[in-house]
Amino acid sequence: MIKFFLMVNKQGQTRLSKYYEHVEINKRTLLETEVIKSCLSRSSEQCSFIEFKDFKLIYRQYAALFIVVGVNDTENEMAIYEFIHNFVEVLDEYFSRVSELDVSFFKAVSQVFLSRQSTG
Amino acid sequence: MGTLCTGTASWPNCSTSTCWATPPTLDSDLNQGIQVVQGLALCTLSTVGSAEMCRDLATEVEKLLLQPGSYVRKKAVLTAVHMIRKVPELSNIFLPPCAQLLHERHHGILLGTITLITELCERSPAALKHFQKVVPQLVQILRTLVTTGYSTEHSISGVSDPFLQVQILRLLRILGQNHEESSETMNDLLAQVATNTDTSRNAGNAVLFETVLTIMDIRSATGLRVLAVNILGRFLLNSDKNIRYVALTSLLRMVQSDHSAVQRHRPTVVECLREVDASLSRRALELSLALVNSSNVRAMTQELQSFLESCSPDLRADCASGILLAAERFAPTKRWHIDTILRVLTTAGTHVRDDAVANLTQLIGGAQELHAYSVRRLYSALAEDISQQPLVQVAAWCIGEYGDLLLEGSCEETEPLQVEEEDVLALLEKVLQSHMSLPATRGYALTALMKLSTRLRGDNNRIRQVVSIYGSCLDMELQQRAVEYNTLFRKYDHMRAAILEKMPLVERGGTQDEEIKESKEAQLSEASLVPTEPQASELLDLLDLLDGTSGAAQPPPPLEPSPGDVLVHLLDLPCDLPSASPPPASIPNLRVFEREGLQLNLSFVRPPGTPALLLITITAINTSEADVIHFICQAAVPKSFQLQLQAPSGDTVPAHSGLPVTQLLRILNPNKAPLRLKLRLTYNHFGQSVQEIFEVNNLPMETWQ
Repeated sequence: MIKFFLMVNKQGQTRLSKYYEHVEINKRTLLETEVIKSCLSRSSEQCSFIEFKDFKLIYRQYAALFIVVGVNDTENEMAIYEFIHNFVEVLDEYFSRVSELDVSFFKAVSQVFLSRQSTG
Repeated sequence: MGTLCTGTASWPNCSTSTCWATPPTLDSDLNQGIQVVQGLALCTLSTVGSAEMCRDLATEVEKLLLQPGSYVRKKAVLTAVHMIRKVPELSNIFLPPCAQLLHERHHGILLGTITLITELCERSPAALKHFQKVVPQLVQILRTLVTTGYSTEHSISGVSDPFLQVQILRLLRILGQNHEESSETMNDLLAQVATNTDTSRNAGNAVLFETVLTIMDIRSATGLRVLAVNILGRFLLNSDKNIRYVALTSLLRMVQSDHSAVQRHRPTVVECLREVDASLSRRALELSLALVNSSNVRAMTQELQSFLESCSPDLRADCASGILLAAERFAPTKRWHIDTILRVLTTAGTHVRDDAVANLTQLIGGAQELHAYSVRRLYSALAEDISQQPLVQVAAWCIGEYGDLLLEGSCEETEPLQVEEEDVLALLEKVLQSHMSLPATRGYALTALMKLSTRLRGDNNRIRQVVSIYGSCLDMELQQRAVEYNTLFRKYDHMRAAILEKMPLVERGGTQDEEIKESKEAQLSEASLVPTEPQASELLDLLDLLDGTSGAAQPPPPLEPSPGDVLVHLLDLPCDLPSASPPPASIPNLRVFEREGLQLNLSFVRPPGTPALLLITITAINTSEADVIHFICQAAVPKSFQLQLQAPSGDTVPAHSGLPVTQLLRILNPNKAPLRLKLRLTYNHFGQSVQEIFEVNNLPMETWQ
């Protein structure tokens, strides 16, 4: 089950976040900083799956933007990896060569796409 | 209502009073004909709906499940999934429509339905049974997905809707677990998916991975399992790190059930140890430790030790304890075992578990022939580096115990090392004074110095000096020891030699489970009382008998199970037996002897991990009126076997079928030669002493195959 979906840039600013499980507001920022710290410390040769506390993180880097999905143990990591890429492709189609600015300015649109994709 | 819905969708929780007002409005929204509004209402319900709201509106949602519009149906299915997660009791409402929804063509609805069924099955076994009937239908859906060609709407890098495929496979896994019939229906399909999926892109690999997981969890045919392991092996050779990671994770899950299949990929796994990536190397470490067995233990330990030297600090503790555990279970020789532990202590001394020191001292103490060797090696290691505390502790203890062997001269197994008494004392003093030494280490060093006072030939002035200095040390423990030793020197000098003699072997507590240790406590106390030496000489006689029959007359191999070994093996065994899941082919028991009410039965166990080892339990039961006392049983086997006779549970077999006396035999048969066993019994029964020698015939074939 997907727990959360984040789009964070290299400076640690969250561009998009969607939580599928209840997490307190103040805990969210903490979680996001920890997550981005563990993702930033990885080099490009390392694999995209990290074990983090009691769930797994699957991340993908697109230029300066990191897309991180937190899942529990039952998920197929590679399917989620594909899911992230699918989402990016959709955004790319819509915005024609999407960039970080598009995501941050047209947040609502991105959220709609995300909700459509993750819930069908 | 629509705007309110989108607003509420971003609320973190739903404890505010406005929520009480929403159900009726939601209800009316759900019943309106307009699709968008219904969709919004369903969304709100799924994200923010509390348990009460869900219960109230469940029937509405169910009605919407069967509506003609696909947009609303899709949303309704998803809402149902969320409701089931919050309120599992609603499953009986949502169960009936599922079968019909499976006929959908729209992938979105299908995906939602599969998720709904998965949730239902996970939460209630009754639902699981119900849905096992739809397995053929699921198989059909998946087959169509796999075999249809390119479809613009659903294809992702050449694979047709991988998300749906993965979800169906997951559901099949849940349905097929422990269910023969469903598993059989799925077999062909899984093989087809496994072979036809295009693996050049990630989507294909995702589907393949899910297939492998499914094959592993259901009751699949062996051919299919081998296929799964081969796929994982291929994944391991892939250069993409992600794929390697998932392969290692799944192999770890499989290693319990399909050990031999996974062993084939051992070289690749070992290579993954050298990865720079932390997640990968951690997985590779766990898998390598699981793959160690008696045949590859030397090579694997070599690899693991080189890994230990170069790995990151957080993995060191796991690696060190893993190596030590593997060495304990599979050590081919004691010397190798000691060497391995020594090497681990020098490389990662600070990360080992606390009982490693105790284990090593016990091990060295038990290996009499290796005393000189170990003390020399430890001395040289200590001379190089006194910072690794466990190493220093063991070395100090060893030097104290066997200091005389250190100074003696040459030992065949190491290079000749000329050590002077002064050097030894200087080293121990250095340990005592070093700021790196823990108080416990200092204690060890002080005691070692004291023991050396009896072992060394020179005068003891230097030692006496050190000991009296520490009599005013600030550390309580050290001060106490120093004062006691001082008194020993001054007032009780005549007793000093006796007190500081070599230690007898300590009973091993240690690494085995506590419960097993307690259950064996009673047997242990009896075992330690029974003398084993007299048995040895009579055993030799018996062996002469058997050796005569097999031809060559050579001195029989010495068999002297020392008390330490007996205890070690007694504790060893219980760990072996419970951890081995029921032995594959159980060998029937055999009654070998009966006379005047005394019966002797043999029962055989062959632990699955070691095919050359056979454990025989001799049980003596007495059904007569009088006790059988001084009961001794001895055994002999042909020379190619190795026999270990352990101490019996007692030497009196009580009358009227009281508590039987049991004795354990360990027979190692590396050549798989036919087993011949000769037993000799001596006992007192009805006031007469009886001696019986007989060969056990009709031993079943499985005992030596």
